[in-house]
Amino acid sequence: MFPIVQAQFLAPDVKRFVIEAPRIAKAYRAGQFVILRVYDKGERVPLTISEADAAAGTIAIIVQGVGKTTKLLNTLEAGQSILDVVGPLGRPSEIKSYGTVVVIGGGVGTAIAYPTAVAMKKAGNRVVTILGARTKGLLILEEQLRSTSDELFVMTDDGSYGEKGLVTRKLAELVDGGAAIGLVLAIGPIPMMRAVAEATRPRTIHTMVSLNPIMVDGTGMCGGCRVMAGGKSQFACVDGPEFDAHEVDFGLLMQRNAMYREREKQELAEFEAQQQHATMCAEIGGACKVENQQR
Amino acid sequence: MPEQPPETRGGNFKEVNLGLEAHAAQAEAQRCLTCASGACTHGCPVGVKVREFVDLVLAGEYLAAAKKIREDNVLPAITGRVCPQEDQCEGACVMGRKAAPLAIGYLERFVADWEREHGQVGLPTIPPPTGKKIAIVGSGPAALSCAGDLVQRGHAVTVFEALHEIGGVLIYGIPEFRLPKDIVREEVENLAKMGVKFETNVVVGKTVTLDALMQEEGYHAVFVATGAGLPQFMNIPGENLNGVYSANEFLTRVNLLRAYDAGFDQPVFDCRGKDVVVVGGGNVAMDAVRTALRLGAKNARLVYRRSEEEMPARKEEVHHAKDEGVQFMMLTNPTAFLGDEKGWLQKVRCVRMELGEADASGRRSPKPVPGSEFEVEAAMAIVAVGTTANPLVQQTTPDLRTRKGGYIEAEPETLRTSKRGVFAGGDIVTGAATVILAMGAGRKAAAGIDAYLQSGAW
Repeated sequence: MFPIVQAQFLAPDVKRFVIEAPRIAKAYRAGQFVILRVYDKGERVPLTISEADAAAGTIAIIVQGVGKTTKLLNTLEAGQSILDVVGPLGRPSEIKSYGTVVVIGGGVGTAIAYPTAVAMKKAGNRVVTILGARTKGLLILEEQLRSTSDELFVMTDDGSYGEKGLVTRKLAELVDGGAAIGLVLAIGPIPMMRAVAEATRPRTIHTMVSLNPIMVDGTGMCGGCRVMAGGKSQFACVDGPEFDAHEVDFGLLMQRNAMYREREKQELAEFEAQQQHATMCAEIGGACKVENQQR
Repeated sequence: MPEQPPETRGGNFKEVNLGLEAHAAQAEAQRCLTCASGACTHGCPVGVKVREFVDLVLAGEYLAAAKKIREDNVLPAITGRVCPQEDQCEGACVMGRKAAPLAIGYLERFVADWEREHGQVGLPTIPPPTGKKIAIVGSGPAALSCAGDLVQRGHAVTVFEALHEIGGVLIYGIPEFRLPKDIVREEVENLAKMGVKFETNVVVGKTVTLDALMQEEGYHAVFVATGAGLPQFMNIPGENLNGVYSANEFLTRVNLLRAYDAGFDQPVFDCRGKDVVVVGGGNVAMDAVRTALRLGAKNARLVYRRSEEEMPARKEEVHHAKDEGVQFMMLTNPTAFLGDEKGWLQKVRCVRMELGEADASGRRSPKPVPGSEFEVEAAMAIVAVGTTANPLVQQTTPDLRTRKGGYIEAEPETLRTSKRGVFAGGDIVTGAATVILAMGAGRKAAAGIDAYLQSGAW
């Protein structure tokens, strides 16, 4: 069991957890992830580590509630525990001196980009950050990234904060403005990463993306997370999760991520119906007769 | 051995073999010629004292018989189910020259089950602590057998497992209908009672390195038994279509994460009413195709490039699969997976094969018959064409010498590696083999580690 030390929402449906996991905290390097299981009938889901404190023996993860498992996870509070947490998995980000590094975080992808941005800054790079979100309320880690970035731009789809438009527009401005960029790191929804890859390809700017395929064990044992990169099949859990954006087959990634969509929808609907029922029961103060299967 | 009838068992995940009744076990034990050859014991990779335990069965002393087996084999209820006895103890039995050999596997299973059902497991006595600590990496059969032997010599043993449950391939690989998971859990529980410590969710090589275990956590020796768990694919077109799985992924979802049980969240491809093709001819392929059948496949087909004779799977499994309705497509090899515009598998393109000259493995090598391509309907395909070494320990332990394919080099007798204090055995040394061979390696490693800890000489 892995005790939760802190838990708070950063945005609607986006929650940050600090978890006791001393071995993982000690071994962690930026770019790595954990796989966790919330309860004994739960599935295994991968989540990127956003911070680690080796001295305190804790790691932090930021979770967006999109499916049953992540929504269930987001109902947990400090003092409760997560059944299984294993890691740190995957290859760490390649941290070295690139000159200028442009870090692009889309939505909750910002949480994944954050530790690498910090490590890049520490390694002496000039860090320019572009954050993208649908709307102001969904923006996360702006303050933290501002303090680690030499420049920071915020792009919102609805123009409610920062500039209105997509992250690729800001990237194009920087590139057209003649900025010498050593590395672009883009983490966010697949269409965003693909658009960034297309934007930097003509200028052959080295671009990395962090991929999020479906995983089971996270140790290279099942091959469920295979992606096409550089014309060959690779396992994101052990060969990634970061890949050269110009070599990734994003279409295949989207196709494979849709493999269980119907089942996922069904599981989520059942879970939400149960949650709703439990809330109603609590409101009328009745003893709930529906067996709570979640915990 | 009584079995669940094929028409019933094809629809459930309960065990196929039902085990012997006491009177049947008695009758079988009487058949033992009590010869002096000891061939059965020599035929066993862990050296179970077959004649002695069979004598105890005959005397009706089933608990004593089980205890006798446990002296050499810490997992009797498991090996009694999954060992290829026909190649080992039973293959060596003197009676086998003229008649059916003694059914040693069934007898082993009988006494182990008797012991479980009567709740009086004959666990060995543990000597006083030696003060030596040993880390075992992995929790499959090699690891468990090594752990059992080492605690019986008074050493402190901790087993580190990457997944969330102990047992390795016994949990994630072998299906419930061949090896019920409760039995694995009980055997693990028995080892825990003997003093073995288990730590799940530790990927040695990632969570902690071998060097850190020895230098920072004070382990005096390490046994690496991480297995050959990396799936091989065929590198043919369409292998990344939705619906194409490695056998490892399919079986892990079903066995470890119980995707067949609606009460669990882990999804697996919905086989109901669909055509499923499994590629391969070993025990893993057999496990996968029989699992697909139980998940409701309309047609469960096994595609294998050689003929049935060359199939490495156990005869009993082949026989069970056929009875259950698995369709065997021998001398057939896939050349491409074909999908629809959304990336879902629809068909497997295959070519007929014929057998030519014997190859390095001694088996006749298959060659495609020109112009014989055809297509098989398939909504799901499972690739079970072998596995290779798990690389995670080796990647972060540069002074651990490996050979081609990433397997760890170990001295054959002591199982010592190139790194002081580190031993390796099982599939990570030999490549994919059987549960009992891995257990044999575990015993050998335990002896090697014990000798090293006593002498201190490397």
